[in-house]
Amino acid sequence: MIEDITFVYMAVIAVLAALATVLVRSPVRSALSLVVVVFHVAGLFAVMDAMFLAVIQVMVYAGAIIVLFLFTIMLLDLRHEAGEPYLHKNQLWLGIPLAILLLVEAGWIALNTEPLAEAARGAYDAAAIAELGGTGQALAEVLFNEYLLPFEIAGVLLLASSVGALLLARRPDEDKLPDAPDPVDDVTGPDDERAEGGAAIWPTR
Amino acid sequence: MDLVSTLALLAKGLVVLLIFLAAPLIFVLAERKILGRIQSRRGPNRVGPLGLFQTVADGIKLGTKEDIIPPAADRVVFWVAPLFMVIPAIAAWSVIPFGPMVEIGRETGLWITNLNVGILFVLALGSLNTYGPVMSGWSSNSKYAHFGALRSGAQIISYELTLGLAVLAVVVYAGSFSLIDIVESQRHMWLVAPQFLGFLIFIVSGVAETNRAPFDLPEAETEIVAGYFVEYTGIRFAMFFIAEYANMFLMSMLVTVLYLGGWNGFTIPGLEGVSGVVWTMAKALTLMFGYFWLRATLPRLRYDQLMSFCWKILLPLGVLNLLVASVLRMVWS
Repeated sequence: MIEDITFVYMAVIAVLAALATVLVRSPVRSALSLVVVVFHVAGLFAVMDAMFLAVIQVMVYAGAIIVLFLFTIMLLDLRHEAGEPYLHKNQLWLGIPLAILLLVEAGWIALNTEPLAEAARGAYDAAAIAELGGTGQALAEVLFNEYLLPFEIAGVLLLASSVGALLLARRPDEDKLPDAPDPVDDVTGPDDERAEGGAAIWPTR
Repeated sequence: MDLVSTLALLAKGLVVLLIFLAAPLIFVLAERKILGRIQSRRGPNRVGPLGLFQTVADGIKLGTKEDIIPPAADRVVFWVAPLFMVIPAIAAWSVIPFGPMVEIGRETGLWITNLNVGILFVLALGSLNTYGPVMSGWSSNSKYAHFGALRSGAQIISYELTLGLAVLAVVVYAGSFSLIDIVESQRHMWLVAPQFLGFLIFIVSGVAETNRAPFDLPEAETEIVAGYFVEYTGIRFAMFFIAEYANMFLMSMLVTVLYLGGWNGFTIPGLEGVSGVVWTMAKALTLMFGYFWLRATLPRLRYDQLMSFCWKILLPLGVLNLLVASVLRMVWS
């Protein structure tokens, strides 16, 4: 009974906050509505006894990703977009078919929840998870035995993307220069050794 | 769940809430006294015997002051931000164990709940600590607050990473995410012995996470006045204060639980519960003293020192520590 009430509360607030994310004009408030969505989705996971997933949801999405959104919004100091229309004409052509597709998918899933959930769960029903010691252990069991290769490939993919991001963020001429002077040493002015060679190579960037 | 266990749960919750509210009162006074002694002063000694009621008087003063919202502020976000400071700080206490299983009429543990992902829960709530500073700093629409918010955000995100790495090594040793299991696994040897490097990384990151000296750049009084909460007054200002001290105490409890064996220690047969609580509190309070000591001793870091220390020293050390811990664990088991 309490679980049902909690579930309905979490679901309703999550949907309302998701609407607010799209409809609110101020970028910061929009990002904060997204935080509310993330919390309530984590709450849904918790109601369904997937504590590990709930905690990871909060840690990764609320704790890292949306913080970075907020950071960017604050650094660029985006305040309001009062003059912007709610809908752009070009969005409609893509948006309406996609919305219909999403509705159909949601309906299909809603009709097939039981068999789908059974298929997705595999050998791990509540008793099996409890025997392993919790959802964290169950996840590790699957991830590091059955799906080790896909897991590692995903890891390599993420590594490649972060290396790529670093490469893009580097200034192109940086690797031609000697080691950048440490700003810690620089406070008292360049010391003698650096002043000799440094002045020539290290000029007017 | 029957009536008795529901009542027991409520009672435990109330006790933890009382600790949460009383801790800042006590620690602010203790900090001022200790700082005073270290600087050859007496510290507050006028209000009540030995100045014991100083923070109570300060609290009443803050509570009765006008609650000012700057006209240029974003009212909603400004109003919500202090709550984002306080709520994660309270919620994390629900998984912290204060003592072992005891017999009070029936078997019960001296903790609110034994979550099997307890330490991850604490880390997740810790990662929410960015929101309070960032929201309050942005919504105040003041340059000092803005600077404080940016510093705080960058600092908390960076040091969270090294904190998590240190915790992972503990999890590798204990074989569980549950804080109670972690304490149980230290029955014969505190984890500070095999994990000394991790212990140091955790303590340094913990001080940085709580924005305390020498990592108190987000609220550096001498450069940006008070940082992200400079525009707050009265009871909302007090909420930032409560959250800061509660987070410090939480961090001390975490170090106790993860590295110093929690409630493990010499015990008198029949008094396991009492001695467990005494041990936990003694360890945590010693660490709190360390916080105050640090503040009295070390000068503030510069911003670039703060960042390069985290990313170039602590992070590689943390990864190394985790690797070594995993290998040792593989060899032993």
